Amino acid sequence: MSKHPMQFVPSADFKERARGALDDDKLRKSFRGAMDFLQAKRRNQFSDEEERESLRDLGSAIRKYALANLPDLLEQLERKLTANGIQVHWAETAAEANAIVLDIMQRNAARRMIKGKSMASEEIELNHYLGEHGMECVESDMGEYIVQLAGEKPSHIVMPAIHKNKADVAKLFEEHIPDTPYTEDVDELIQTGRRALRQRFMEADVGLSGVNFAVAETGTLWLIENEGNGRLSTTVPPVHVAIMGMEKVVAKLDHVVPLVSLLTRSATGQAVTTYFNLISSPRRPGELDGPREVHLVLLDNGRSQAYADEQLRSTLQCIRCGACMNHCPVYGRIGGHAYGTTYPGPIGKILSPHLLGLDEAGDLPFASTLCGACSEVCPVRIPIPDLLIRLRNEAKRNPNETVATPLRGQGAKHSAAERVVWQFWSGAFKSPKAWAALRWGATRLRAFTPGAQAGWTQHRTPLKPAPRSLHDLLKDKGQPE
Amino acid sequence: MQTRTYPPKPSNVYLFGTCLIDLFVPQAGMDAVRLMEREGVSVHFPQDQSCCGQPAYTSGDAEAARKVARAQMDLFKQDWPIVVPSGSCGGMMHEHWPKLFAGDPVYGPKAVALAVRVFELAEFIVNVLRPDYSRARAEPCKVALHTSCSARREMGTRGHGLSLLASLPGVEVVEHVRESECCGFGGTFSLRHPDISGAIVRDKVDSIAGTGCQRFITADCGCMLNISTAAQHRGVGVAGTHMASFVCERLAGESA
Amino acid sequence: MNARTNMLNKLRAAAPRGASTMPDVAAYYAGRPAATLAERTERLAAELTASHADVRVVSRAGWAVDVARALEEKGVRRLLLQSGAEGQLLAGALPAGTQAAEFSRPLEDWKAELFEDVDAGFTVADCAIAATGTLVHLCGPHMPRTLSLVPPLHLVLVDAARIYATLFDAAAGENWPARMPSNLVMISGPSKTADIQQTLAYGAHGPARLMVFILRAEGEAA
Repeated sequence: MSKHPMQFVPSADFKERARGALDDDKLRKSFRGAMDFLQAKRRNQFSDEEERESLRDLGSAIRKYALANLPDLLEQLERKLTANGIQVHWAETAAEANAIVLDIMQRNAARRMIKGKSMASEEIELNHYLGEHGMECVESDMGEYIVQLAGEKPSHIVMPAIHKNKADVAKLFEEHIPDTPYTEDVDELIQTGRRALRQRFMEADVGLSGVNFAVAETGTLWLIENEGNGRLSTTVPPVHVAIMGMEKVVAKLDHVVPLVSLLTRSATGQAVTTYFNLISSPRRPGELDGPREVHLVLLDNGRSQAYADEQLRSTLQCIRCGACMNHCPVYGRIGGHAYGTTYPGPIGKILSPHLLGLDEAGDLPFASTLCGACSEVCPVRIPIPDLLIRLRNEAKRNPNETVATPLRGQGAKHSAAERVVWQFWSGAFKSPKAWAALRWGATRLRAFTPGAQAGWTQHRTPLKPAPRSLHDLLKDKGQPE
Repeated sequence: MQTRTYPPKPSNVYLFGTCLIDLFVPQAGMDAVRLMEREGVSVHFPQDQSCCGQPAYTSGDAEAARKVARAQMDLFKQDWPIVVPSGSCGGMMHEHWPKLFAGDPVYGPKAVALAVRVFELAEFIVNVLRPDYSRARAEPCKVALHTSCSARREMGTRGHGLSLLASLPGVEVVEHVRESECCGFGGTFSLRHPDISGAIVRDKVDSIAGTGCQRFITADCGCMLNISTAAQHRGVGVAGTHMASFVCERLAGESA
Repeated sequence: MNARTNMLNKLRAAAPRGASTMPDVAAYYAGRPAATLAERTERLAAELTASHADVRVVSRAGWAVDVARALEEKGVRRLLLQSGAEGQLLAGALPAGTQAAEFSRPLEDWKAELFEDVDAGFTVADCAIAATGTLVHLCGPHMPRTLSLVPPLHLVLVDAARIYATLFDAAAGENWPARMPSNLVMISGPSKTADIQQTLAYGAHGPARLMVFILRAEGEAA
């Protein structure tokens, strides 16, 4: 496949990457167009406000219930899957998950993997790891395929190549796929991708997929897609490996019914996707196709940290629709790559600190205006702004302070200087005398207000206090207290 | 956001002026007082007030926020409504004070009790004071409306703003493109991430300017200062007026 | 087993104490006005059509002729059949240019042939869902998974009497939790993607065309 190494961007240097994205007009146009499109599609799907809100209530309750019973449900899921003939593996870390997949491949003398869309596999950087061990991994979701050809990572969790326009794809295909002339005709481009990947499906020794929901009641992996590559990846190769974050289990099959409705409508504004693929076992005796072996890898990789805290646990309610990023003013301006994390946008800002630690992802919770557009559209009502504020507190906390549920990288953004600023600020604002003195100074000395004010004047004229404060004016007026 | 029940028109209210209005736009506070006095309400302004604590709260320093919030919480001794001419500060007091003091045996219950008394100005005028503005100036005037995000989502302020403007003769509100999108202020976000904040406010200025209106009305001084100074920086002829000041302006010359 | 123990222990240590109430999904969907068979049929056809499928309502007596005509229209040379009575009936009504075979060998014995030489697959849906225009396939010995997936044209026969109003109704009415097949597939249109600049294109990896023949229920007027 691609000779380019995948880019592993540390989530440090967020500001620098954001600035680069802001300067890229084409990129900003791509995102603006995509966001306007996806927002309108979602709006159309939820025209009945009452239905939308009651469905969100139900979706949220289902996810909360699943989390409240998570250890029991995981054990039940394991029992059911095992009884159905699906092998279950547990991975505490990304490294463990990678090793499990490699071992499955080696035991099957496999070398070629075809991949359906899986953000969990992106999270553990599976392609890179398997590549280092001589395996060949080919992404088959059109967006993922495009991104892989470009040697990049997805910039959106649902639409991986959202940052690319037709011309970019045309160039990539012309360059990487033999006998492909340059064309910006999307139908032709898709047919080119289809032809290029068909051979790969046939040849693959192993198919890898993500999982949208795992049903504990029946031992079923519920996969959602439009293209059919997910079905091919999980059907044609002799071995299927599914990988999922361990929070994705739900108790009952009928619990998925409202969740899929919320998911597809929130994600791409579709009432339903083309395929719901419910996998409950490998090929059974008498069946003519389907994989001989099916494996499920349950991944922790920091999720248990979020789980340990009652407030932060709600992060794990997420069903990965991406609506939060589609509506985020920050994501819309800087795009997905600037975050430097597998999951960008608002969900990435609250999830990445658990996956990577605040020392690596500590900038992200601060990169938000807290406008609340994300939680307004979240199908399972995750209070994202509250979680951002909480994570800001954890990032600013003294690293040595002992707390009930410590986070990895606690205090990574702790700054003695900033603490002093807030101490001064709270000193000034909690004391009426100090605030009066400050007001007096600011209004009387307004002529001396600096013309350059930190980041403010980079894009704005300076702020200048009024000649007299509201306190003064109302005192003069004789306003009662 | 919960739908709330509103009290009958009271004789007395408290005004919480907010630190931004106090220092940068005091006329908006004076106009808020005037609008409420016009309806025969006595407006009380405890001189010891300062700030709701939001800057530290959203910056991750909950303790500093609590110190400042606590200093406000004992100032409103009578059981009167507390009116805030800023949806964002109102939202802080209404939505976040109870969270900030959750578990605090003294200030926890106090915060909960205070929260139900906090109203954003337009909300209070429209739902409690219910004034008659039919004799206000009638010459046609087109304006854009900007609602702060926290106010829209925590206090339902957009609806109140629209109702208030609709009660003014001759005023037409022109909707702008992506009106519900954030202006990029976000308190200390604008200082921490000036590039991103600048990009967002640039788009907001453009979409307001795109309506052809030269002014936009808002009940939030943070957004107002952000958008207005960003427009000024680029020489775009768009400026904000606080809701209270705009209503007063339309009432000027009204026969008493 | 170490990872398993560690993960479960961590979760158990943090899991909230006390029982939580199971959300009642059935109660949520209960009490919706029931749609008549005609309404469900109409809705299924409309939703599938909106999803770019080619839908025809056919009679019990003549459906095979209608399918055969469609095969001729589309120039299908090689057709793959689901084994069973309907497949046999269709095999007997094929146009001259169409050659049919049952899916009877294990996939790995003829993978390349299936991928490269088969023009169309014919299946009988187990049931359907009107609200989203969805055809349900229970894959098993008589319904290979790839039959509805690999050939570029997919023809589906579905009995109108088997149309449910919603996904919830289908799951409950068919008692899926008690009888999950190795693979249950719901199909709501031809394969598609919008991964290039949000532009919709069909035939991404699965069938580019989906033709649906809805078998009119007994006693219904033509």
